[in-house]
Amino acid sequence: MNWHAVAAIYRFEMARTFRSIGQSVISPVVSTSLYFVVFGTAIGSRIDTVEGIAYGAFIVPGLMMLQMLMQSVSNAALGIYFPKFVGTIYEVLSAPVSVPEIVMGYVGAAATKALMIGLIILGTASFFVDLQIAHPVAMLAFMILTCVTFSLFGFIIGIWADNFEQVNLIPMLVITPLVFLGGAFYSISMLPEAWQTVALFNPVVYLVSGFRWSFFAMSDVPVGISLVAIGVVLVACLAVITAIFRTGWKLRT
Amino acid sequence: MAPIISVKNLQKTYDNGFQALKGVDLDIQEGEVLALLGPNGAGKTTLISIICGLARATGGSVTVGGYDISKDFREARKLIGLVPQEMSIEIFEKVEPNVKHSRRLFGKGKNDAYVEQILRDLTLWDKKDNRIRELSGGMKRRVMIAKALSHEPRILFLDEPTAGVDVELRKEMWAVMSELKKSGVTIILTTHYIEEAEAMADRVGVISKGELLLVEETNTLMKSFGKKMLEIELDKPVDAIPPALLDRGVTLGEDGRTLYYSYDTAAEKTGITDLLAEVRKAGLTMSDLSTRQSSLEDIFVDLVAKQKEEETEDAA
Repeated sequence: MNWHAVAAIYRFEMARTFRSIGQSVISPVVSTSLYFVVFGTAIGSRIDTVEGIAYGAFIVPGLMMLQMLMQSVSNAALGIYFPKFVGTIYEVLSAPVSVPEIVMGYVGAAATKALMIGLIILGTASFFVDLQIAHPVAMLAFMILTCVTFSLFGFIIGIWADNFEQVNLIPMLVITPLVFLGGAFYSISMLPEAWQTVALFNPVVYLVSGFRWSFFAMSDVPVGISLVAIGVVLVACLAVITAIFRTGWKLRT
Repeated sequence: MAPIISVKNLQKTYDNGFQALKGVDLDIQEGEVLALLGPNGAGKTTLISIICGLARATGGSVTVGGYDISKDFREARKLIGLVPQEMSIEIFEKVEPNVKHSRRLFGKGKNDAYVEQILRDLTLWDKKDNRIRELSGGMKRRVMIAKALSHEPRILFLDEPTAGVDVELRKEMWAVMSELKKSGVTIILTTHYIEEAEAMADRVGVISKGELLLVEETNTLMKSFGKKMLEIELDKPVDAIPPALLDRGVTLGEDGRTLYYSYDTAAEKTGITDLLAEVRKAGLTMSDLSTRQSSLEDIFVDLVAKQKEEETEDAA
């Protein structure tokens, strides 16, 4: 194992984050605060409780999930796309570094950043609502699993992308709608029955549901199924990345 | 002595069917400077990209230091440093941390003294805390060399190191290469500047259309392929070449005062003595004599032209 290389890639990517700390941290804090003002106060004041939980608190896991998914995908996609764009990827590809090591470096850094943002949002939320976390260890485990899985997904997007527009395309056009329609701001039990069935095809439903369970010990779908759903996405992403490096698709000519 | 790089029947065909390498065989000895010459699209960059792990071969094999580049990629790549043709560098990074980053990528632990030495050797030490974007083009190139040398490689690939740079910077790069050669690093240089190959290389390989046309020691190549031109300056201009000289292949310059005679340095008889006797016999008076060695460029052009002729003949 080339641990020096894993650490080098990880540190290099983290340093990029800390160089733009304002943009990396302040931006999600501001947008989360706005969500609380709009959804928690303006709209939430008309909704008393959901499943017996104050609406302001109910949306916290969904908000965290929204930001973590966006950050995981964007950070990982940009992390690998940028060296492709400027040409410095040659250095990683010509170094004695294996596929798992490259993935650990880039995905590890992207997941760490997303996890940091998730925790910052949790801290921000605590200023607006009274939060009780039923299963803190499970919450942390869900956060890590989600950040790693979607950083892997972002890594694939970064390799696939040929321009910056494509890097932003999936987070904007796929992730955001999936999260909004995945029960981030409501329980899917509030939907008409037919739409509940449709919602079950949205993988984010399982993430939000499982994550919400770690906060309030209640969920739309059983926690075990949520874990299986994340596991399936994780394995699928790993399989795609392995295939990419084996064939050299978009990386090696 | 076993070659440090051994390339056997290396082939590369792209998905679109373009054959970039058509079975290249090449052995490179440790400590030598090999220049790969060839026109654009000849296959030079493809060859080094495969050796360095940036491209995949579709046939053949490569060993570096005895290690197969696919099966033992870690060991093989540890021996190699690469400076690509493009200015591929993170311009927002600082010089020293960026060089240290490259070292760690190659699995090497901290060695500040070594990194300092490289930066001093490349006259970058006083710029170590500068962001790369603040440096001149020449300095950026040297940072790329420093990065390539950061993990103490035994082989350095320089892909068109002086492409698009001014004469001063080119000379500067040559000086850097000379110092590296002295330190025992094997250098493989791709270039289409003939003078660069002539000045730097121990051996020259000529590659064209994916084929290695020849690999020869630079001096031997110059001797075996080199022709010389004898220039005879006359004291008075003449209207025409005397028939006896015309039969020997002598040509007359536009000024009417210079006679040109091309001869093969490797031939048993150059014919110079007889030619000078004929000049005297024709009643011509010489005011000056000089010879000119054909350059590597002439040799290169001849080889590539010969390949074209052979292809045309094959097609016919």
